[in-house]
Amino acid sequence: MGYTIIEKILKHNTGVCDIKAGDIVTTNVDRVMIHDIFIPFVADKFEEMGFTKLWDPDKVVLIYDHLVPASQVDDTRHFRKGNEFAEKYGMKNVHRSDGICHQLMTEAGYVKPGDVVFGTDSHTTTYGCVGAFSSGIGYTEMASILGTGQLWVKVPQTIKVTINGELPANVTSKDIILRLIGDLRADGATYQALEFTGDTVKNMTVASRMTMANMAIEAGAKCALFTPDEKTAEYCEIELNDFQKSLVGDPDAVYARELTYQAEDLVPVLACPSQVDNIKPVKELVGTKIDQVFIGSCTNGRLEDLQKAAAVLKGKKVAPFVKLIVTPASRKIYRQALADGTLEILSDAGAIITHPGCGLCCGRTGGILSDGERVVATNNRNFLGRMGTSKVEIFLASPVTAAACAVAGEIMEG
Amino acid sequence: MSETFSARVWVLGDDIDTDIIIPTEYLALKTVQDMTPYAFSPLRPELAAQIQPGDVIVAGKNFGCGSSREQAPEIIKALGIKAVVARSFARIFYRNSINNGLLLIENPDLRDDVTEGDTIEVAVGEKITLNGKEYPIASLPENLLEILNAGGLVKAMRKRNGLED
Repeated sequence: MGYTIIEKILKHNTGVCDIKAGDIVTTNVDRVMIHDIFIPFVADKFEEMGFTKLWDPDKVVLIYDHLVPASQVDDTRHFRKGNEFAEKYGMKNVHRSDGICHQLMTEAGYVKPGDVVFGTDSHTTTYGCVGAFSSGIGYTEMASILGTGQLWVKVPQTIKVTINGELPANVTSKDIILRLIGDLRADGATYQALEFTGDTVKNMTVASRMTMANMAIEAGAKCALFTPDEKTAEYCEIELNDFQKSLVGDPDAVYARELTYQAEDLVPVLACPSQVDNIKPVKELVGTKIDQVFIGSCTNGRLEDLQKAAAVLKGKKVAPFVKLIVTPASRKIYRQALADGTLEILSDAGAIITHPGCGLCCGRTGGILSDGERVVATNNRNFLGRMGTSKVEIFLASPVTAAACAVAGEIMEG
Repeated sequence: MSETFSARVWVLGDDIDTDIIIPTEYLALKTVQDMTPYAFSPLRPELAAQIQPGDVIVAGKNFGCGSSREQAPEIIKALGIKAVVARSFARIFYRNSINNGLLLIENPDLRDDVTEGDTIEVAVGEKITLNGKEYPIASLPENLLEILNAGGLVKAMRKRNGLED
């Protein structure tokens, strides 16, 4: 009998030979990520548990992103606690203003294909873009990993998603994953893995794959996986070893469900208020007035996203009453977009370009909205009250759609 | 695990996300106790003040979806909620709840039959009773029971590190 990608990773990691979905196994963790919101809680729990040293300081990464720069006076406590913890336990991998955690974990080379990685954030599923098993956990479990280097998981069943063909010009990987979440629903992949395959996926950049893996959690998935290929190797600056090359779903692997899409049939879509699985074609909402557009986040704040938005905005102006906020996902992306002229095009069009970080996505800074306002945003969640009051309407879209909306001042296809 | 208790019910819908349970703007408050007045505020701002210790929440599918914030189960526990019964739970919330010793019960039918303000009878690990009708409770995997029985993951780790018997 064959294996799915997640079964192959967990088999390799645990040494359990006859692994199958439903088994409970103890993983040996390759890397962990903690961000600023939760570091004080992780630190307290770690010491409460009675640990006196980290299992491996080099495998722990601490990233300040949600609270940088601080917007409330109490936020600085998180940095202080983080700095104290890092110094006390000899952690060197600390990023204090380099960008969003999920961007940095792959961009800075902390995650490799086949790794087992946990983070104190639900969007930790992102690293499946390079073929790693990565998933979000709470701060108590993180504290236990810091002490033991291990975590139990139930081997998930897998939903195989095949996408073949060439995407229309105004359709991006964001539209694919939104469509899939709409089809699966917000709990359709709970406790399961998503495995993406097909020639559309093979032809996609790692950045585009990242958008899809990032949002797997919005269907409840434990993780999302893409087969590592030559693009992955180039992105990670490695040569794939035999194990990494083997991370393909076997033809006789057992899948819980299989879904197939033809890329040419896909259209630009929006996740409408206030559930990520409330998916509608952009065409059905054309003409709906908007107040703000946000392009950024660990979902769609990468160079190619900013470039796609710039291609729509070049030589145009943002509608008079619309604020367009652009937040690069990392300092590296900020500098690349500065160097290649992307930021200049966006700024000329009237965009407000902010520092790299989570920004408006987590609703704490940089563009909070009020009752009755509407925002088109490229991030991953449109939950009630996520970007201001509970009477704000949030529509999730691709950077192409978002940019077109910014120019039109209303919902519009790119 | 042979505890039996009766409790007043608060009814919530499907897909109650952790941003609803505790919005991000309150996550940097110092303690979970400081956050409790804001529990469920985007959906029902008055609810946190109405909940009494010993009450239970009965919800639809996918309870606790969204952000990994562990304050979500901690706040529910701090409000005195004795158990959350739902059609299904999101996975991170599920793990976080077990690790904090918050009792979660999966049941496909109770949500359809119950009305807010009803009283249910819970026999932990066995069944729920509402108006004479019984709803079975499935048993937990062994490794989860171990954590729950230890009183949560912190206590389990303290035991491992020789700080508790």
